[in-house]
Amino acid sequence: MHLLLSPMQQTDKLISPSVNWGSLTPLLVLLGAGLVLLVGAALSARGWAKGLYATLTAAAAVAAGVLQFVLWNSTVHHGPKSLVGEALVVDGPSLFIGISICAALLLAALVTDDYLRREDIDSPEVYGLYLMAALGGLVMAASNDLIVLFLGLEVLSIALYVLAASHRKRIESQEAGLKYFILGGFSSAFFLYGVALVYGATGTTRLRGPESIKTALALTVETDKHRALLVVGVALLLVGLAFKVAAVPFHSWTPDVYQGAPTPVTGFMASAAKAAAFGALLRSVVLSMPELRDDWRPAIWVLAILTLVIGSTLAVVQTNVKRMLAYSSISHAGFILVGIEAAAHGGESGDRGIASVLFYVLTYAVLVSGTFAVSTLVGRSGDGAHGLDSYRGLGRQRPVLALALAVFLLAQAGVPLTSGFVAKFSVITAAADASSYAIAIIAMLAAVIGAFLYLRIIVSMFLEDGDAEGERVSIPFGTGAAIGISVAFTLVVGFFPGWLLELARDAATRLY
Amino acid sequence: MLLNQFLLLGAILFAIGVYGVVARRNAVLVLMSIELILNSVNINLLAFALRNGGDPTGHTFALYVIAVAAAEVGVGLALVLLVYRNRRSIALDELSEMKG
Repeated sequence: MHLLLSPMQQTDKLISPSVNWGSLTPLLVLLGAGLVLLVGAALSARGWAKGLYATLTAAAAVAAGVLQFVLWNSTVHHGPKSLVGEALVVDGPSLFIGISICAALLLAALVTDDYLRREDIDSPEVYGLYLMAALGGLVMAASNDLIVLFLGLEVLSIALYVLAASHRKRIESQEAGLKYFILGGFSSAFFLYGVALVYGATGTTRLRGPESIKTALALTVETDKHRALLVVGVALLLVGLAFKVAAVPFHSWTPDVYQGAPTPVTGFMASAAKAAAFGALLRSVVLSMPELRDDWRPAIWVLAILTLVIGSTLAVVQTNVKRMLAYSSISHAGFILVGIEAAAHGGESGDRGIASVLFYVLTYAVLVSGTFAVSTLVGRSGDGAHGLDSYRGLGRQRPVLALALAVFLLAQAGVPLTSGFVAKFSVITAAADASSYAIAIIAMLAAVIGAFLYLRIIVSMFLEDGDAEGERVSIPFGTGAAIGISVAFTLVVGFFPGWLLELARDAATRLY
Repeated sequence: MLLNQFLLLGAILFAIGVYGVVARRNAVLVLMSIELILNSVNINLLAFALRNGGDPTGHTFALYVIAVAAAEVGVGLALVLLVYRNRRSIALDELSEMKG
């Protein structure tokens, strides 16, 4: 069964592992769509018809999402399973995060289509990179081996570096790409060094299952033979992943990159990349190294508190809305880390922690995609109008758009009857269940501080008079649809959260 | 078996690489420092693989790391070139379009 990379059995012939193609289909759909786009568009002399690139991307996102629902049903009946010689798994958390990433991809494709045409830089490469990034994210969330996790991380990251720099006419975009590349490459290198040390201490890179890091730790944790190596390795893994989720003190790239990158790309980064990185954190550390939790849980605790406090306080002093949203996404990462900290306790309260993380990741992915979709429109052609004064008077000029943004911002602030409230509530109760009272109280305070920022934008939209300069904000169909979907999801989950909470709880217990 | 020497070499290269990323202003030199860290990882992986009796996991991983490093440098140099065309400079501390 588990023959890949095991030195005992590599005697006279190469035995290939069982692949299980059926369960790989979501990945194959994204990969296939990306290749068709790039090759097909390169071969056709005049490019495809308007909107076709985005349609193909959106269709691939929907198809991958639906296939993951089908796989979800099969895990309900047959239990979670592993693929490709245990390199990947299909289980509750991987599918839940995979569906979040596909939702983010769908919304990003809808918004990007209008954006690229408005900026007159329409090209298939952007969509190909979106698809590859989503593929990398799916691999990260489903990986059961540190090698595979690293490959997924790099596929996601390299695609995002190029996406961040993809607005060829704006110098900010190129700077954002280069900055993101330097710091992202640096953090990947840290992560990789950590993987090497963990491999040295345990002798394997597999995360769970037979002959894995989890079982090796369960056997050797008393003997303490390679403990120092292991602890340093896990610390470096955490540094690398904290960079990717933008946790303080590894957040310094976030405001610049979020501000400089094309706005739809920023939305995709904040939703899909964050979801994937949290999936990887859950898989590589929280679920695979429970024996070592006394060593890494305090680190998560400190990261969570710093991220919450610094993210929400620095957000308040910004004047550029994209920078504000960058800091707000940092503070949201803090809330998700609160859930991760609860998940780290293991047992039943740990399951509740995992469920709250999954719920938060999905609702935040939709929320932030919608928020940046509105921000894309308000940025107007040139993608430059992101100061707070560009939002002044939007309530009178475009009441529906302003109302949609108000819904997103209130949800991000955690106002009841929105998905954001349920998400914040579930991470905080998970923390309280796990008796992490200090962190729960700090999370509530951070939510109050953060609310000020969102109210500032809302006040600017509705209560201040517009200076009426600049062109009128136009709302094209695709972006409008994306905003509509996000608003509907935010409100439906806010009013009836039961079914989604149930699904998240289900996912958390159905582990490989 | 000289495992310690290999690990020490890896650690020294790692430290030089981190110093380079933190202290250098030139984007290409920073890129080279990141490559240095990745190569220190490769030395570590091979040393650990050797200690585990020639475990193929470490060897395969090192091959993957080489391939990924090549892809990363490809993208990195393209980005540096893009910025150079516009600014005529690749000093990282002069990237200052955004602040706040």
